[in-house]
Amino acid sequence: MMVQFLKNRALTFIVLGLLGTVPLLMFWSGSDYLSLATKLVCLCIAATSLNLILGYGGMVSFGHAVFFGIGAYAVGIPAYHSVYGGMDLIATSNGFFHIGFAIVLAALFALITGAISLRTKGIHFIMITLAFSQMMFYFLLSLDTYGGDDGLTIDERSQLPFISLDNSVHMFLLSFGALLICLYMVHRIVNSRFGLVLQGAKDNEERMAAIGYNTFAYRLTAYVISGAMCGLAGALFANSESFVFPELIDWTRSGELIFMVILGGGGTIIGPVIGGIVFIVLEDVLSRFTIYWHLPFGIMLILAVLLGRTGIANWFKSDGAIKKPAEGNHE
Amino acid sequence: MSDVILRIDHLVKSFGGVQATDDVCLDVQRNETHAIIGPNGAGKTTLISQLSGGLKPDSGSIIFNDQDITNLPVQKRCRLGLARSFQITSLVMSMTVLDNVALAVQAQDGHSFRFWKPARSISKLRGPAMDILADANLQKKADTVVSALSHGERRQIEIAVALATNPQLMLLDEPMAGMGPSESASMVEMLKSLNGTKSILLIEHDMDAVFTLADRISVLVYGRIIATGSPQDIRENQNVRRAYLGET
Repeated sequence: MMVQFLKNRALTFIVLGLLGTVPLLMFWSGSDYLSLATKLVCLCIAATSLNLILGYGGMVSFGHAVFFGIGAYAVGIPAYHSVYGGMDLIATSNGFFHIGFAIVLAALFALITGAISLRTKGIHFIMITLAFSQMMFYFLLSLDTYGGDDGLTIDERSQLPFISLDNSVHMFLLSFGALLICLYMVHRIVNSRFGLVLQGAKDNEERMAAIGYNTFAYRLTAYVISGAMCGLAGALFANSESFVFPELIDWTRSGELIFMVILGGGGTIIGPVIGGIVFIVLEDVLSRFTIYWHLPFGIMLILAVLLGRTGIANWFKSDGAIKKPAEGNHE
Repeated sequence: MSDVILRIDHLVKSFGGVQATDDVCLDVQRNETHAIIGPNGAGKTTLISQLSGGLKPDSGSIIFNDQDITNLPVQKRCRLGLARSFQITSLVMSMTVLDNVALAVQAQDGHSFRFWKPARSISKLRGPAMDILADANLQKKADTVVSALSHGERRQIEIAVALATNPQLMLLDEPMAGMGPSESASMVEMLKSLNGTKSILLIEHDMDAVFTLADRISVLVYGRIIATGSPQDIRENQNVRRAYLGET
C-alpha cells in the first residue's frame, strides 16, 4: 500500500514538474509552444473538474464543455463592453471580476441544470447533459452582438495586479498555478467526508441511502463544484486565446474531455492531466504529418483505451493495486 | 415511549393482480427479535421493502416509535433509527471494510458537507467503526477491499454496517442466505450477541437459525400473516404445519 502510494505521488510530481518546466524551457530556448501549453493546461483543469464527477462520482456528463464555454464568454462579454461600451453593469476589464463572474455563472448553470439532470441515471443523464449543452451552444450561436458563429475577439485581456496576461509566460504560469490549486482541491475533496460519500454513491447508491445519505444533494454539490472549476478553466482559456466562439461548447469538446479523463485514468488525481497531455501532444504531432490526422488519432485513442482500460495513471501502480471493477464479484 | 417499537397496521400492497402484502398487521416489541418466516413468494421481501421505504404500500400504515413513517423516504427512516440489511449483499464494493463501516458511522455524525479534512484520519469515525468490527471479530479484515471478501464475510459486514448506523430497529433480510454451515454458525453467533439489546425484525429461511434466535415468530403465507407466537407456539400450530412446514 505504501509503495503504491509513493508511486502515485511520485508520478504526480513528475508529470506536474515536466508540465510546469518543459514549455518554459522550450520557450527560452527559442521554440514557442507556450500558448499551446497554456491551452493544454486549461483543458487539464477542465478535465480535472470533470474527473471529480465522472471519475469519483460516476456521473457521465456529456455536456461538460458548456461550463468551459460559459467561463470563456464570462470573460469575452464584459471585455467586449469594456471596449465598445454598453451593459455598464458588467462592462469591465477587471480580471477578478472576470474570473469571479465565470465561476459564479458556471456554478449557477450547474446548479440549475444539475438539479434537473441528476434526477436521471445512466444513459438518460448523458443525454440530458448533452441537451443542456447544445441548448447553450445554439443560444451563443444566435447572439449576433457577440459574433454569433464567428466568435468574439477579446481586444483587452483581463487586468490583474502585478502580472500581465499579454505576457505569455505570465499567462502560462497563472494557468499552471490554477491547475495546481484545482488538483489540490480535488485531492482534498475526494478524501474528505464529502468525497467518501460521493464515491460510495458512485459504487452503491442504494446502500448509501439505506445508511442515511441523501445522495442527490451530495451529487448536486459535486456537480456545482465541478462546473465552477470548469468555468475557471474557460476564463483562463479565453484570455490565453483572446478569442471565444460557440464551438467551445460543441458536444465533441465534451467528448474530448471525457476522453482525457478515461484515457489518463478517472478516479486518480493526476489521470486527467496525463490524458490531457497525451491528447494534445498526439493531436499536435499527428496534424503535422497529415491533414487526415483524425484517422490515425482516432485509431490510437481506441487502442489506448482498449489496452489500458483503467487509464494511464494506473499503469504505474503495482499489479495487485489495479482497481477492480466496482461490480466485480470475486469470491 | 411504548414498548412497541414498530407497528404495522393493515398494510396492503399488490402488484397487478397479486396481493403481495394482504392486510398485514404486526408489531415488534422493543428489544425483541421477531422473525418472519414463510415459503418462497410469500411476500417477505416486499414487506420489508415497505418497512425500509423502498416500496410504497397501497394502503395501511407503518408506525415506528409512535411516529407514522408510511410516507417517509429511505434516508429519513434511517435517520430515525431504522436500519436495513439487504437480501443480496449491498456494500460499497470498491472500498475497504473499515471504510464501509466508517461511512455508516459518519452518516450518524451530522451532515457530510465537509470538504477538507481527510475523513480516513478522523478518529471519531474510525474508532467506533473499528469497535464494531472488533465486536464481530472482523478487525483483521478492516483494510481488506470488500470485493475481495467471501460471501459469508460480506454478509457479516452487512450487519456491522447496519449496527454502525446505531439503529433502534434492524430489518434483516435473509442474513444467512447462501451461507455454508460454518458461516451460518458465526452469523447466528453474531446475531445472538445482539439478543435483548437490539430490536430486530428478521426474515430467514434457515429454520434452525430462526428457532434459535427469535423471541416471536410470524408466519406469512400468500401475503397474509397466518400465525404469530413464540417458537414453541409456532412449532405446534396446526395451520402453520399444514401451510408451511409441509405436514398434512
